[in-house]
Amino acid sequence: MPCKKCLKEPVFALISGEKLCRKCFNSYFERKIRKCIRQYGLIEKGDRIAVAISGGKDSSVLLSLLSGITRQMKNIEIFAILIDEGIRGYRPFTKKDAVNLCKKLGIKLYVYSFKKEFGMDLDRMVKKLKKGPCTICGIFRRYLLNKAARELRANKMAFGHNADDEAQSVVMNLFRSNNDAAARLGVVNGIKKDARFIPRIKPMYFMLEKEITAYAFINGISGKFVECPYAGSAYRGEIRNMLNDFELRHPGTKAGILSSFLETLPLLKENFMKEGGIGFCRKCGEPTSGEECMACRLLKELHS
Amino acid sequence: MKVYIEKTGKTANAKAPSVAALLKKLNINPVTVLVVKNGALVTEDAKLAENDTVKILSVVSGG
Repeated sequence: MPCKKCLKEPVFALISGEKLCRKCFNSYFERKIRKCIRQYGLIEKGDRIAVAISGGKDSSVLLSLLSGITRQMKNIEIFAILIDEGIRGYRPFTKKDAVNLCKKLGIKLYVYSFKKEFGMDLDRMVKKLKKGPCTICGIFRRYLLNKAARELRANKMAFGHNADDEAQSVVMNLFRSNNDAAARLGVVNGIKKDARFIPRIKPMYFMLEKEITAYAFINGISGKFVECPYAGSAYRGEIRNMLNDFELRHPGTKAGILSSFLETLPLLKENFMKEGGIGFCRKCGEPTSGEECMACRLLKELHS
Repeated sequence: MKVYIEKTGKTANAKAPSVAALLKKLNINPVTVLVVKNGALVTEDAKLAENDTVKILSVVSGG
């Protein structure tokens, strides 16, 4: 069956069953992201946005789109930050793709590494700490991204998180009864009014990873598929497989999770966001919900 | 036809009349992949022929 709109050969079928040709798919994709940016006020005049990139398809598509969108707007600056965790056989490849993309788009890229910042790369940390690699990586990445964005005078950080990532997080927090973490999700998070905490925006919140991969392929954006050697060990992987099985049998499951979650998010924020705003680590001054941030606690363990 | 599966990096020989039938035969969830036939992205109802070259791309993030 041809594209419903222009009768050309279809390249993608939406959840609704509607089939779109290359041109109509691109237009659908870009329109949906612009709508999200507009609806949630993600980009405003005077913004200096740090785009967190990894060289993977999600953040590469995000950077390409934001580069185009912000070029049409006045007084908006964007640049990219890449965190090099030091994962052999993975990060060097994606880093190369990120460098090439930034060069092509004419966007300044800043690279921060675990080794330089924490004195050790992730591969070594994993051997020393009795914690899952994704937990360790997540804690240090969040810490370093916030610090880097602040040092580089960004007032917002943009992430390539997609509908699949968010639906997985919602279900994970539900299964683990982690309402504090659930209250921090959403299209914009960390929107605490404190200069030390850079708010995070997710313009691709409503896009499925299948749609993002299709957009990347059609427009020649991302490089070769490389899988993180630690990816298989994550609890998230189990949730991802479960949701994909559900999505196959009941199309629209992921969109349903997000829609229902966004309706309950204001209540979660009201009940589970700590009173008086965010706290700051007594050791390093970075944002934390306790007295000492997780990164400082892990660093103590690493160097003991 | 020759079918290259990106995630495993392996090439398999398979026979199927359509993309949907091919994915079913290979036990791959269509939600998790995109299919490229002779260099172009196609939908699940696309027909396949013996001399087609097929690539199955993983949509799952690598990290």
